[in-house]
Amino acid sequence: MQQPVTNDPKEHKGSLPPIIPDIEQWPIYKLSTKRYEFIQDIISSTNAQLLKSFPTTEALLDELARTVYQERIRLTEKAWKADPEDEKEYWDELKKRLVRISGITDDPKKQEEEAKEMLNSMISHYTNEIIGNFDPSIYEFASRALPFGFSRLLRSNLGIKFKEKLSQQFSTHNRFIYEGDLESIRELAKSHTVIIVPTHITNLDSMVIGWAIHEMGLPAFIYGAGLNLFGIRILAYFIERLGAYKVDRRKKHPIYLETLKEYSTQALHDGVHSLFFPGGTRSRSGEIEKRLKLGLLGTAVDAQYLNYIKAEKEGNPESAKKIIVVPVTISYHFVLEAPGLIDEHLKATGKEQYLVENDRYSTSFKMLSFIWKFFTKSSKIYLSYAPCMDLFGNQVTPDGRSIDKRGEEIDIKNYFLSGGELKEDQQRNGEYVKLLGDVIVKKFHDYNVVFSSHMVSYVAFTMLKKRFRRHDLYDILRLPKEDRVIPYADFAAAVGRVRDRIYELEKEGKIITPRHFHENGLHDLIQHGLDNVGLYHNASTLMRNKDGDITSEDLKLLLFYHNRLEGYQLAQYV
Amino acid sequence: MSDLKTVGVIGAGSFGTALANLIAENYDVLVYARRVEAIDNINIKRENANQPMHERVRATGDIKEVCETCTLIFPTIPSAYFREVLLQMVPYLRPDHILIHGTKGFHINVSEEEKEEDIKELGRDSIYTMSELIRRETNVIRVGCISGPNLASELSQHKPAGAVIASHFDEVIRLGRNALKSHRFQVYGSKDLTGVELAGSLKNIIALASGSISALELGENARALLITKSLGEVIRIGRVLGGDVKTFLGLAGIGDIIATSSSTSSRNFSVGYRMAKGETLQQILDTSDEVAEGINTVEIIKLLADHYRVRVPIISTIYYTLFKGVPASEGLRQLMKYPFDVDVDFID
Repeated sequence: MQQPVTNDPKEHKGSLPPIIPDIEQWPIYKLSTKRYEFIQDIISSTNAQLLKSFPTTEALLDELARTVYQERIRLTEKAWKADPEDEKEYWDELKKRLVRISGITDDPKKQEEEAKEMLNSMISHYTNEIIGNFDPSIYEFASRALPFGFSRLLRSNLGIKFKEKLSQQFSTHNRFIYEGDLESIRELAKSHTVIIVPTHITNLDSMVIGWAIHEMGLPAFIYGAGLNLFGIRILAYFIERLGAYKVDRRKKHPIYLETLKEYSTQALHDGVHSLFFPGGTRSRSGEIEKRLKLGLLGTAVDAQYLNYIKAEKEGNPESAKKIIVVPVTISYHFVLEAPGLIDEHLKATGKEQYLVENDRYSTSFKMLSFIWKFFTKSSKIYLSYAPCMDLFGNQVTPDGRSIDKRGEEIDIKNYFLSGGELKEDQQRNGEYVKLLGDVIVKKFHDYNVVFSSHMVSYVAFTMLKKRFRRHDLYDILRLPKEDRVIPYADFAAAVGRVRDRIYELEKEGKIITPRHFHENGLHDLIQHGLDNVGLYHNASTLMRNKDGDITSEDLKLLLFYHNRLEGYQLAQYV
Repeated sequence: MSDLKTVGVIGAGSFGTALANLIAENYDVLVYARRVEAIDNINIKRENANQPMHERVRATGDIKEVCETCTLIFPTIPSAYFREVLLQMVPYLRPDHILIHGTKGFHINVSEEEKEEDIKELGRDSIYTMSELIRRETNVIRVGCISGPNLASELSQHKPAGAVIASHFDEVIRLGRNALKSHRFQVYGSKDLTGVELAGSLKNIIALASGSISALELGENARALLITKSLGEVIRIGRVLGGDVKTFLGLAGIGDIIATSSSTSSRNFSVGYRMAKGETLQQILDTSDEVAEGINTVEIIKLLADHYRVRVPIISTIYYTLFKGVPASEGLRQLMKYPFDVDVDFID
């Protein structure tokens, strides 16, 4: 097991030594040196995919028209600071061009060529927008500067494997706690391609996980950052050079989405490690993701297939890089945006309405003050890494071999074979992605570190639901103060039952309890939960009143933190 | 490396034999049979389960040989032995194998201790369809199911018929269709794998009920009443278990029901028939050479319906007749008194 390195700011506090010390050897750096070539690859493969979807000139022109229309609507109705200044001119120009091409009725050949040319131009426009601009000197600068700035806040405890955690001494100064087999991830990242897929509940997740990747000694990952963040110039400058690519969630049309996917596929195929949040956006309800957005996950399956094809072409089938998936469940006692998230969740419930990505942190000051509050105010943060697996959910050994559920080695290349040969089949790959999504959701739950704060919230809100079983959720959220009081003795008994059940689940490998569960007796554990739950919100999420009974000043927040334990069938124990 | 020149069939019962003969019109077929007698029937006598064998069908007792020779394999093992046979295949199954099963029954996933006790209710987690069992026990992901009105005796006489192959994978449907289609056999595709498996299994209950109607000589009006109403029950429970209503209205549902509910050559039909004539379950089991899946299915569905509070009066009546010794005539009398109301209540 890797030992934590001594704490000296110059030595990247608490970090594990980098697995590839020379930045110029990092896959992301190598990719940035052949940027032009890479862009051309993306453009040509996106063209090929889209021409398959729109095989006739008529279909293509329809799609181009739809896209131009949607883009012009976006620019008038949902303009962002991050949009380039000449964006409007660009689309106005394309509109004129489209009208002209549609008018070419006497020369179908020419019309087809010009339509394809226009598609190519759009793809090129999007590719240049999406692609990041990794800069090793900025990376080095940031990784030295940040430890100074945030050293106290971010000090963390590394290299702790779950099984041994009870024998480890945690320092109370450490804010981040890592669970899982980090050494395997480090080993696999040397010769394979790693995708880290965390749960997502706060805007600061990307910073937390980005920091974690650095501390683990891994080379920089690419990750999709919302285009709105690029409206903040100083932030844009840094994140673009630290490996971010731009994702614009306003653009929902196939030409953009396909370009984005090809970018991800090609980067993965080039061996660049990648980070994305498979839930798509932050979990509004506070629950662990139950359904994932499969688009980017799909690029992992496509890239794996391309890796096998490439290795075969090179006459060395054994050399194919494997795509390694690492689900990470991040647990917080306190989520700064919880009040806004749960509000949005409640507004959307039952209506399936699309949530407009808001532009809430559009100035540097707001963003920085948010970050500052987050790191100064939050208590411990757990990052729990599920074991490294391949795209089919098989565990992968540090040397890259897949091991199936019976412990036998399995060659996953065979999943891409049809009649004994590697064969592209988008529909088949699509099914594989769905299965991968299911596996990741399961791992999120199985490796979730349950906090005392989640447990007390879960029990309190469930007791209220049971007491008012005829009320719907919205009625319960409006309960008057006097109806919210739960006698302490009843509450403690219910927490005890739920805690015992959680221990059983842990034995079955379905959840993880942290150290504070084992260090405290029942009443201290309850107090620990009450002390920590949503600590810095204005209203108290859960507290003891003057009689010592349990009550809440904000039932919506209570619901939010309660939701973290949904999906474990715990209600019957309350 | 195996290829698609030879297709495998696991099991040499009447359906497995019929399937092998159908596939033989397109590919060489290698059948795995457990009993030496069946192997000899196929390889030497060239007749098995009362069906003459196509010249391209060969049998073996070596399950490894089938797995290594064929990537496309059709398991046709009764649900009661499905897992056992599957486990024998496990060491030889690779991720590029494609399994399309033809078993119309469920696997119950309860521990040995639980089996000893009297099970009162079953949740969805406790039963697996055969494709779910394959996914759970093996590394094979590309699975499918074939179902439909396919009475083996008629298939062997080269009479025209059709079936549906269900899978989440286009590739599986395509390969299954290529293996089976011929001038006398149509193959349809479906993505509702669970629905097709449920429809195929659940229709056996209706065949049982229909057999009882014949035995009691209650006439065709009564049969139509019973079939239609039990179809409603089957759809209600099928929906709860994850099937699509539409699937029940296709070949795997109504198609199969029409064939088996009026055919004395259906195993499940004859179980219902003998039951109504007063034979006990034990007597019926002791004198049948092939398994009637419907018997187990009735019990499983009764327990599931109790768990999910789904109203299934006809299925309950069959259950009490088969397992609790209530005479069939008495059960039917009770049913006629049942307060049914709306005619079609399973389609929104």
